Amino acid sequence: MKNLIILLSAMVTLGACAPDKPKTDEAAKKSPVAEVVDPTKGIGQVKNVTLHNPLDAERVQRGLDIYEMKCSACHKLDDQRVVGPGFKDVTKRRKPEWIMNMITNVDVMLDQDEEAQKLLELCLTRMPNQNVSIGDARDVLEFMRQNDGEK
Amino acid sequence: MKNILNRIILMLGLLSVLYAMESCKPKGPAAVTTGDAASKVYVAPGQYDEFYNFVSGGFNGQMAVYGLPSGRLFRNIPVFSVNPESGYGYSEETKPMLNTSHGFIPWDDLHHPALSTTKGEHDGRWLFGNANNTPRVGRIDLTTFRTVEIIELPNSGGNHSSPFITENTEYVVAGTRFSVPMGENRDVPISSYKENFKGSISFIKVNPETGRMNIEFQLRTPGFNYDLSRAGKGPSHGWFFFSCYNTEQAHTLLEVNASRNDKDFIMAVNWKKAEEYLAQGKGRKEKAQYAHNVYDERTHTATSTMMNEVTVLDVMEFPDIVYFIPCPKSPHGCDVDPSGEFIVGSGKLAAVMPVFSFGKIQTAITNKDFEGDFGGIPVIKYESALHGEVKKPGLGPLHTEFDANGNAYTSFFVSSEIVKWNVKTLEVLDRVPTYYSIGHLCVPGGPTAKPHGKYVIAYNKITKDRYLPTGPELTQSAQLYSIDGDKMQLLLDFPTIGEPHYAEALPASLIKDKSVKIYKIEENEHPFAAKGEKMARVERKGNEVHVYMTAIRSHLTPDNIEGVRVGDDVYFHVTNLEQDWDVPHGFAIKGATNAEILIMPGETQTLKYKPLKAGVIPFYCTDFCSALHQEMSGYLRVSPAGSNTPLKFSTGDTGGQK
Repeated sequence: MKNLIILLSAMVTLGACAPDKPKTDEAAKKSPVAEVVDPTKGIGQVKNVTLHNPLDAERVQRGLDIYEMKCSACHKLDDQRVVGPGFKDVTKRRKPEWIMNMITNVDVMLDQDEEAQKLLELCLTRMPNQNVSIGDARDVLEFMRQNDGEK
Repeated sequence: MKNILNRIILMLGLLSVLYAMESCKPKGPAAVTTGDAASKVYVAPGQYDEFYNFVSGGFNGQMAVYGLPSGRLFRNIPVFSVNPESGYGYSEETKPMLNTSHGFIPWDDLHHPALSTTKGEHDGRWLFGNANNTPRVGRIDLTTFRTVEIIELPNSGGNHSSPFITENTEYVVAGTRFSVPMGENRDVPISSYKENFKGSISFIKVNPETGRMNIEFQLRTPGFNYDLSRAGKGPSHGWFFFSCYNTEQAHTLLEVNASRNDKDFIMAVNWKKAEEYLAQGKGRKEKAQYAHNVYDERTHTATSTMMNEVTVLDVMEFPDIVYFIPCPKSPHGCDVDPSGEFIVGSGKLAAVMPVFSFGKIQTAITNKDFEGDFGGIPVIKYESALHGEVKKPGLGPLHTEFDANGNAYTSFFVSSEIVKWNVKTLEVLDRVPTYYSIGHLCVPGGPTAKPHGKYVIAYNKITKDRYLPTGPELTQSAQLYSIDGDKMQLLLDFPTIGEPHYAEALPASLIKDKSVKIYKIEENEHPFAAKGEKMARVERKGNEVHVYMTAIRSHLTPDNIEGVRVGDDVYFHVTNLEQDWDVPHGFAIKGATNAEILIMPGETQTLKYKPLKAGVIPFYCTDFCSALHQEMSGYLRVSPAGSNTPLKFSTGDTGGQK
């Protein structure tokens, strides 16, 4: 019960067009009832993630493999910051959508997302685009959840 | 008010006087561009050029990539010469690319690029180039702009007539410049040229899927010099045309002795006929040693295989493969127009330029309209093969390219100009000076069945006063002319790397979207790759030490290494863990006797290092990669030979030091 389960809020928003680029002023004016963007979910293609328990063991293993190849050079599994912040408790601090958008859309996140920009000021090295697909990012997220003690 | 008006009138008057004085002066270099030249070559910052221009680097052994119309240099592709910038020819992975039957050769002379074609049109897949000195042909992959294959050519005395490709890139063809003794006994007097020296034309088959080359067969031909060549296309597909000089068969002071005959030859080769004889098993297997080097993009490693046999067809034994066509005075260029019907011969010392007709050549062969034979090979009557002559075209014609409107553009070395003429009517239409002494020239798509036109580029042999002086050795240079209108118009001078010989250009749209951005780390099959920091380690095997190192902004792992001894061979296998476009890392270590290596994202490259003295040796990343690039470094501790410092490696281990 202590595990947080984030549910899909509205199925209809799935598949709605989601521009990667910032909206122009004009576009913003035209749609006064602009889609409700939750800034805590970050910017990118990942809008809604449904989490399940227990964890998917295969996903966790795939996430670990990707972590070791593409992430571990800069992110440790404890709370120690090396190049980037340690992974410990990241799934408690951030929404899953934010994490996956940060992994898959890092350049836009670093340019526009306030939380990502704070991290850049702290670490001073831009997190690289590691060419991780959305499916792979989901696997990494599952591994992060396990690292944070979820079952 | 009146005062101002007076001043304006006075100034206008002065200007017109100045203008009149200027127009009386002989045309100097400053007076040659006109009107809107600047706007025609201006490509605004951040905008793309319309064409890629692949320019040979001559004695620099590389190929350079420029944009047109801006003349901006994008890339230098090492092919036959080592390149310390990237580690090409220095890294363990790329050294085998330069292996030959003579051992490792770090240099050559690259004269002619050839872009692959399908149905006679550019297909944007591969770029071939020749090594003129130690005969080889290289292939560049146009998705990576890297040399991925080099094949050596046995029985060749200098690979100038090379590489030229057939309509669908079935073959890359390479003729020997110098004839040499062939067969078992090659230790013969030089004066026995006529008896013992032979020519050789290699037909290199290209795998249509992979681009992989192999020498399918060689034609053994009469002993003289083979200069340049073009494949037929359209109606003449299945034929090849070579310019030949020194039909005098001189072996000394060729300047004089090879310039005596009024006519040398264009050699017409029916290669489909040669294929028939081969299919009938008429080819003869001969022993020949040559290297075949291939770069594997999954292991990021080249392998060199020594081959030991070629199939030879002696054209003297099969007289319907080859015919000679007389061509005035030491022909150099031998160019086929887009229709495939006309073959232009450019006699370096001739006063006229003959244009031969493929249809007439065929009729002459059918009717046996021969004036005699040369060593048993029929010589077609000049008049019977001739479409016509371009009269008084200029002095010293060298090469001809074509546009899509039936016009030809020929370079004239001695009179230093480009002459535009009509292929059918043979009428000279326009001429422009070049600065100075043009060699090759290039119209985008000029040698293909479908020229893209728009520009002609001159590649000059002499630069003299065109640029700021830089001592006795000056930049080499190219000049861009517009050919859109009736009159050619000089637009731009741009300097080149090495000496530019031939060049080709194609529309950027054919290849720009196919460019590889990264090597996927998941697909890296290098045997010494460290795919993740967890795999970074150091292993000792006898006196070989293998460092499996990773690089990512902004650290190398491991960055502290101990337990290496004087006399060890240390191999730094560096894997770049980045997966983002344009984030290479470099690796250099103090005292390395080879070079640095540059490692592209997802790639592994190896630098060999042999420590000669005990001490602590720094190493670092050479490619500015991030704000903390200066921190991207490490130390290698070298202990004396025979010492027992334990093998240790780490990153981020402070060893208790605060």
